[in-house]
Amino acid sequence: MRSLRGLLPVMILALCHAAWAQSPTYGLGRTPSAEEIRAWDIAISPTGKELPPGSGTAKEGAQLYTQKCAACHGTTGSGGPAPMLIKPQSASTSSGPCVAPCIREGNVMALHSPYATTIWDYINRGMPLSQEGTLKPNEVYALTAFLLYKNGVIQEDDVLDAQSLPQVKMPNRDGYALPEWKPGMPRPFSAKP
Amino acid sequence: MASKKASRRGFLKAGAAAAAMSAMQSAGAQAAVPQAQPQKSLKELVAYGERSHFVTSVRVPVVERPSPDQFGLIFHVLTPLQDQVGSITPSSLHFVGTHRGSIVPDFDPKDYRLMIHGMVDRPLEFTMDELKRFPSVSRVHFIECLGNHSRPEYTTVQQTHGLTSSSEWTGVPLSVLLKEVGVQKGAAWVVSEGSEEVKGAGSFRLAKAMDDCLVAYGQNGEPLRPQQGFPLRLLVPGFEGIYNTKWLRRIKVVDRYYMTYNDYGHIQKDEEIAALTFQWGPKSVITFPSGGQQLPGPGIYQLTGLAWSGGGAVRKVEVSTDGGQTWKEAEIRGAVHPKAHTRFGMNWKWDGQECVLQSRCIDELGQVQPTRAQLAQHFKVTPDYYKTHGVQGSDNMIQPWRVASDGSVHNAIA
Repeated sequence: MRSLRGLLPVMILALCHAAWAQSPTYGLGRTPSAEEIRAWDIAISPTGKELPPGSGTAKEGAQLYTQKCAACHGTTGSGGPAPMLIKPQSASTSSGPCVAPCIREGNVMALHSPYATTIWDYINRGMPLSQEGTLKPNEVYALTAFLLYKNGVIQEDDVLDAQSLPQVKMPNRDGYALPEWKPGMPRPFSAKP
Repeated sequence: MASKKASRRGFLKAGAAAAAMSAMQSAGAQAAVPQAQPQKSLKELVAYGERSHFVTSVRVPVVERPSPDQFGLIFHVLTPLQDQVGSITPSSLHFVGTHRGSIVPDFDPKDYRLMIHGMVDRPLEFTMDELKRFPSVSRVHFIECLGNHSRPEYTTVQQTHGLTSSSEWTGVPLSVLLKEVGVQKGAAWVVSEGSEEVKGAGSFRLAKAMDDCLVAYGQNGEPLRPQQGFPLRLLVPGFEGIYNTKWLRRIKVVDRYYMTYNDYGHIQKDEEIAALTFQWGPKSVITFPSGGQQLPGPGIYQLTGLAWSGGGAVRKVEVSTDGGQTWKEAEIRGAVHPKAHTRFGMNWKWDGQECVLQSRCIDELGQVQPTRAQLAQHFKVTPDYYKTHGVQGSDNMIQPWRVASDGSVHNAIA
């Protein structure tokens, strides 16, 4: 019994290896270091597992917003040349042409995005214009907190970090469907000839 | 950079040699060889040819946003379908879609890397040279932006349909690279990411990644154009354009939908509409006669257009010249590739009377392109709904063109 107990994990490992570890055919490429992967791995899962250490609050974000975002997105988060970020109290501020992609009351990111992690991901990789990738994690947490607070999703003194950000209850949490897909699958609607 | 210098040096040498030759000829006893007086630069005549100056077909920005815009950014620009012949879009005229308005990055392929990691046995990073040591394939596929929609106020086929283009793409099947890194059990999605300033990234199902996706470095016989992702892009055939990540730097194999930069703007709450969004349906459009063109008078014409489908190859194209009362099968005039623009045409005799022309595509899955009335019936709205709203999912609605009795052609959606 004792010997079997010792062998079992080895046997399971061997089986798993045979089943899943296909060996490479071409042997090309270089193995990146864990550091190199981490430096590039900026896609943030809804679970938040890739979020870096750091934290921020809406109060900190308010100051950053004025410095880094207001010129394009408007001092109040609407009415600027870039997409609306804060839904206005009265709908009157957003009349006039809305350039494509048109982001307005109906799809302001902090209200439309099913996950708060998507906002963090978006700001971190894509903002501000011409200075993309320069924001520090604390700044991204603070700006995310500011946008969520101004749209009424979180409280002003809520602290966002790698643990609390994925837990934010987003108003549009169930606002998307993920249809199945298989090769050769038709779409669900087709006309009749 | 090195090759630029080398070619400039080449021209200087050639110029010096020609000057020396001509000096010898004038001084020598032998009769001078007559010298042609080329109208164009040696660069164009020898190194890289340009089209005739009589050919003036150009891309234009989408109606809703100028390019460059007030930030100096290029947003979406439309390919001139009305001028195109055959089924391949010239690389210089391929439509451009950008994430939020974009600049064109300038990557040196020598330093370029593609990383594949996540739920894999062996995360790997490949140089361009290493990618070219994998077996390559060349396939013709269209890419079409989800924003490609017809509106009553659009006047030309460039405006109604100009966000789709078709090229021969060359590269390594993504499935080959994924087998090389060894996808782990439990993996179900991939995230692809670009290396441009906004690092646009999107998520799609692993089943698609293992099916027919390409990691492409070639377009129409030469390296990708910078606006098409030089030196490396992803091809996700038949899916909406945004999945075809340009300047591809990273593939991450994951266990769930990630919803990053590109995904968020395209989410749909309704399951059916979500499915109608990500895979293009059967679609076609008549490019001649089309909106804004003018027929000189009654007589014989070649009615022609393009058909395609995200579901596979075009099986059949039908054309109606009487506003949809009767339909006649058009000829397929060229090669038929799955998920690629396919040229169709027919002899058409115009009698000088007002008429409405339209085409419909039927693909190899048996899917049929819908009319506005059929869409309206299915989605329980009035046909007029589509005068002010986009089509649910992606727009593959049949496009009618009205030929007026004076020979002018107009968008008949209005």
